[in-house]
Amino acid sequence: MSIRHALLALLSEGPKYGLQLRQEFESRTGEVWPLNVGQVYTTLQRLERDGLVESDDSADEGPQKGFHITSDGEAELAGWLRTPPDFSSPPRDELVIKVLVALGLPGVDVHEVVQVHRRYLVEVMQQWTRLKEDESGFDINFALVVDAELFRLDSLIRWLDMADGRLKRAAADAVTAPAPQPFPLPKARRKAGARP
Amino acid sequence: MSYLELRDITKVYGEGAAEVHALQRIDLSVDAGSLVAVMGTSGSGKSTLLTIAGSLEDPTSGEVYVGGRPLSSLSRNAKAQLRRQSIGYVFQDYNLLAGLSAVENVSLPLELDGVAARKAQSAALEALEDFGLKDRASHYPDMLSGGERQRVAIARAVVGKRQLLLADEPSGALDSTNAEAVMRLILAACHRGMAAVVVTHDAQLASWADRVVFLRDGRIVDQTFPVESPEAVLADLPNQ
Repeated sequence: MSIRHALLALLSEGPKYGLQLRQEFESRTGEVWPLNVGQVYTTLQRLERDGLVESDDSADEGPQKGFHITSDGEAELAGWLRTPPDFSSPPRDELVIKVLVALGLPGVDVHEVVQVHRRYLVEVMQQWTRLKEDESGFDINFALVVDAELFRLDSLIRWLDMADGRLKRAAADAVTAPAPQPFPLPKARRKAGARP
Repeated sequence: MSYLELRDITKVYGEGAAEVHALQRIDLSVDAGSLVAVMGTSGSGKSTLLTIAGSLEDPTSGEVYVGGRPLSSLSRNAKAQLRRQSIGYVFQDYNLLAGLSAVENVSLPLELDGVAARKAQSAALEALEDFGLKDRASHYPDMLSGGERQRVAIARAVVGKRQLLLADEPSGALDSTNAEAVMRLILAACHRGMAAVVVTHDAQLASWADRVVFLRDGRIVDQTFPVESPEAVLADLPNQ
């Protein structure tokens, strides 16, 4: 989550005060990610240092100090919106690591380990789904955040299901797996606009 | 109070070397007004569980109670009557009758049960209206989208005084938006007092349930604990 770019996005709508930025950030993200005011001011100072925002010199320091975006700030924001996050290398996923470790341990039933995680993930999904049960008073930003979380958790459960099935088949076939080979990772182009 | 109860249910298909234990010693109870999801991969026995719960198939051993009545004590006719009056079924492929309009599909189970045609039709129209399908009432299934067909199928499953809703992968062929709409309708039926069981491999669907039961190789291996309140969920979110 880039607070820096979120603040630039809010300032691209027009000049704003620090406190106002904090309130708008929280309401736009469905109030799921609370932001402390210190983070807002530290980020604004860095943005100002980098020439991406300018402060209103006439006002005092503090909550009434206004900020506006510069043309460099507009360009930075436009570039960031179109730059895909880095999905080219697998993240250090604790869940994946735990299942891989369980696989190599004598006396550990990997299916039982998988089920512990599956149940926990479904329970967390049930909690998120509860939040969207009542459609009245459900704002669109919050809905998008809840959906994103549900899809993320769902993808982990799908992986667990796949792992469970793959291990079950491997055990049934009694196939000895070949020695692990380093696998090539897809090379993804990260920077938008890098296309010739 | 449990409306549906499965006690020590085992189902075996085939004999000798070809014997398959589809379900083994299943205990499950579903209260009126609650939604239980049975989650499992293909071949885990979840569809068999649903057909046995709905009296479409008999268990090899064990007993199914619907509304407190043991199914084994009912005659073939009494079971058929129970299915018509008290149980609604929803399937992945909708199972609507192609030659009947939406309203005729919904009113059919009532008419089969002896409700006068006009009364059945008006109850069916009311159900379709509740589901936002009033203007589709005279459409035939092939004139409806997948989401609309499934909504008609759910209307058919809840119309009348049904008390048990059994759904097998009810959103299997639908996109996420329509899948959510289907689960909202099933949940609304539970809020009106129906007991519901949804079997699925899909965690997003299962997460609408009050309780999720995990089925593996014909056995219940685990279940989720009761869900916390929405407020507690938000309060627990990390401050990032």
